[in-house]
Amino acid sequence: METYKLTVNGQAKEVTVDPGTPLLWALREDLKMTGTKYGCGISACGACTVHLGGIATRSCVVPVSLVGDRPIVTIEGIGQDPVGRAVQNAWVLEDVVQCGYCQSGQIMSAVALLKRTPRPTDTNIEESMGGNICRCGTYVRIREAIKSAAQQLT
Amino acid sequence: MAATTSIVNESNLSRRSFLRVSATAAGGLLVSLYFDFPLAGQEGQPRAKVYPPDAFVHIKPDGKIIIQVNRLEFGQGVQTSLPMLLADEMDADWSQVVAELAPAADEYKDPLFGIQMVGGSGSIAHSFQQYRELGARTRAMLVAAAAQQWKVRPEQCRTEASVVYGPGGVSAKYSDLAEAAAHVPVPEAVTLKSSADFRLVGHKIRRLDSRPKCDGSQKFGLDLDLPGMKVAVVAHPPIFGAAPKSVDDKAARSVPGVVDVFEIPVSRKGRGIAVVADKFWTAKMARERLQIDWDFSGIERPDTSQLREKYKELAGTPGNVAVARGKENALDGIASGNRIVAEYEFPYLAHTPMEPLNTTIRFDGDRAEVWAGSQFQTVDQAAIGQVLGLTPPQITFHTEMAGGGFGRRAVPDSHVQREAAAIAKRFTGTPVKLIWSREDDVQGGYYRPMHAHRVEIGIGADGMPIAWRHVVVGQSITAGTPFEAYTTKNGVDETAVEGVGDTHYEIPNFLVTVHHPTVSVPVLWFRSVGHTHTAFVMETLIDELAIRAKMDPIAYRRKLLKPDAKKLLGTLAVMEKESAAWRSNLPVGHAAGISCHESFDTGVACAVDVSIVDDRPKIHRVTLAVDCGVAVNPLTIESQFQAGACFAVSQLMAKGAITLKDGYVEQSNFDGYTPPYIVDAPTAVDVHIVPSSEKPSGCGEPPVPVISPAVVNALSRLTGKRYRTLPLMIL
Repeated sequence: METYKLTVNGQAKEVTVDPGTPLLWALREDLKMTGTKYGCGISACGACTVHLGGIATRSCVVPVSLVGDRPIVTIEGIGQDPVGRAVQNAWVLEDVVQCGYCQSGQIMSAVALLKRTPRPTDTNIEESMGGNICRCGTYVRIREAIKSAAQQLT
Repeated sequence: MAATTSIVNESNLSRRSFLRVSATAAGGLLVSLYFDFPLAGQEGQPRAKVYPPDAFVHIKPDGKIIIQVNRLEFGQGVQTSLPMLLADEMDADWSQVVAELAPAADEYKDPLFGIQMVGGSGSIAHSFQQYRELGARTRAMLVAAAAQQWKVRPEQCRTEASVVYGPGGVSAKYSDLAEAAAHVPVPEAVTLKSSADFRLVGHKIRRLDSRPKCDGSQKFGLDLDLPGMKVAVVAHPPIFGAAPKSVDDKAARSVPGVVDVFEIPVSRKGRGIAVVADKFWTAKMARERLQIDWDFSGIERPDTSQLREKYKELAGTPGNVAVARGKENALDGIASGNRIVAEYEFPYLAHTPMEPLNTTIRFDGDRAEVWAGSQFQTVDQAAIGQVLGLTPPQITFHTEMAGGGFGRRAVPDSHVQREAAAIAKRFTGTPVKLIWSREDDVQGGYYRPMHAHRVEIGIGADGMPIAWRHVVVGQSITAGTPFEAYTTKNGVDETAVEGVGDTHYEIPNFLVTVHHPTVSVPVLWFRSVGHTHTAFVMETLIDELAIRAKMDPIAYRRKLLKPDAKKLLGTLAVMEKESAAWRSNLPVGHAAGISCHESFDTGVACAVDVSIVDDRPKIHRVTLAVDCGVAVNPLTIESQFQAGACFAVSQLMAKGAITLKDGYVEQSNFDGYTPPYIVDAPTAVDVHIVPSSEKPSGCGEPPVPVISPAVVNALSRLTGKRYRTLPLMIL
């Protein structure tokens, strides 16, 4: 067991875990932040996406010991960011969610996309969102919500 | 509790139902509905009534109106649409409505099925009348209370947005009338609104659960955290039905945080090893350190390549008769040049809902508390009771929000809940959450069964089929379950032939027979059930016939459909009109694919615009027309069909199959069994709802059957090949 200092959504946190523990499970079970979801554990579905040092990252395959001093932003904190807030609002207005389980990860990927590419094309969207599975299949509305958030922001 | 009144209502439901009204200590109003379900085998002898504490409607003193939803919410939108029905009839202020998922209890059972469940796309269809009547009666009691106070007749009052208005400008809020309303008699009959008076029903109403699902605050079953809670995982036998011969758990037990390691029964009479720890990650690490020597003696080793051969052979012989119409030997007189012989293969499919399966149980000796996202609450509750030696009333069963299901949370043998109960039994007083990892889920069975179809068609001079001989081969989903008695007759499980046997096409000589081989792989209903494969077979063959007849695929279908197939004829016409512009203007390398299919009483027709990119189908556009009777929430229906069109692509994915070799499942996660990603899904889906005043029908399952055949029909037009084996490996 090792103790790690983490900065999550701007707040200093500490976890004492096995060094191999994925960031996902440290967030969910040690910090009780369950908005970040477990879907596959092998970086194949994107449900666990967080921003690590500003980059959309699959937290299920990043051991806590490798986080270092990079700030972590999760779905619980993304609303403090203007782009994050706009994306969340667009998701609600476009009535995107169904079961909703994958949407934390979808939103985190979408925010990362819009920060990099403020007016994304369909191809940009397919590339950036390409690793996030929505089993319900809400992709059509995800696409619409990203475009509508982009419009709100520019 | 002040006043309690019971009446028999005149609802058209098949069971007698009662209303109970009571005031709450805080001055609110509770309206409950409950049913008398005759015990099995005792039709006509209702059991003693139980008055549970939970209510369908709770008007709180602060004006909030809590409405209990008698179904699991797992994406399909009933947490919004059922309260809409009730709130509309009640004239409730929608902004004050709070929807809650009801716990397991008799009064929340499906009015037609008699168990608490989501399945068969029955949520709105079966509870439409129920929720409307509850709303109308609640409103009537609030009006009666106001009328009494004002000494006027109820007919002199009107209601809007949780306020009763009387003559001379008087008004009173529902919350202020609630206590008095609890003392007025429940009206024996109420008049339901005419559709012109709906304020919510028929309008696009956004989901109530969006915001918490977008900011991380929505708790799903997997997110549950209770004081002192432990987490369990199970090492399942690698071949269905096996059991450990010997176990070395020293390394597993040495992982800090591990609480216990022990053997439990699992599905198919197998046995597994449960690992209980402080956290999931600890339990998972410990499970990897288990050394288990499995006993495979006498265990069946299913192998899908062998099963394919066996199924193909069986499909060449007649099975149990599902439907026989016209002359049995009609085919024999038709020249071989006027016949089509088509053999189809469908693989096992895993549902893989995004939220992995889980159940939390705290066993307290003489009681238990359960938290689960279940499509089968009362079934799972009873199964847990069997394991723990408790009766359902001793088990509080909380319905947790679930991250998808598609049938996977409606399991007749409740195997996940039985595992959770067997584990919790060892930890009296401590809640234990059982988590199935994605690997457990992908390898754990309960798949859409593998199928083979063989169809011989004799074609008449006009290009229409005059003889159709169809053999379906596949495991029965319900065999050995309590559902078998309802679905299986004369050796035919109707869930295997639905969509073929009840086809709306006019085929004079028509024979459908079925083989149900027994295989040790557990199988289950998968969103749209039999229609997942039957619609594919029917709609690709009809398209092939249209091509042979050199007819437009829509015109051909219109000609072949029975005149009374109103929902399909109607949706075909709407789809034809709405897609005409893009179908007549397709870019080079694109083709339109057509299909139509009715399932769960909902008619659907679709056109898809497909090209081939990187050797895969690229679906640029889908136009769907839907007839689902009264459209309760057109926004939900549009969403279900848009997203259902993406879900439906699952069985076309190159890695869209579960296969077994020598007993072992060959896939373990999304790297080997891949649901559609955004690039695989249709880019745009436009949904057109056919206006209707007929009773509402399903919207969860009916989007799925039409899509895969339409895509393949487009591919066939691009390549000239027929595609009869899924998943689609090579185009």
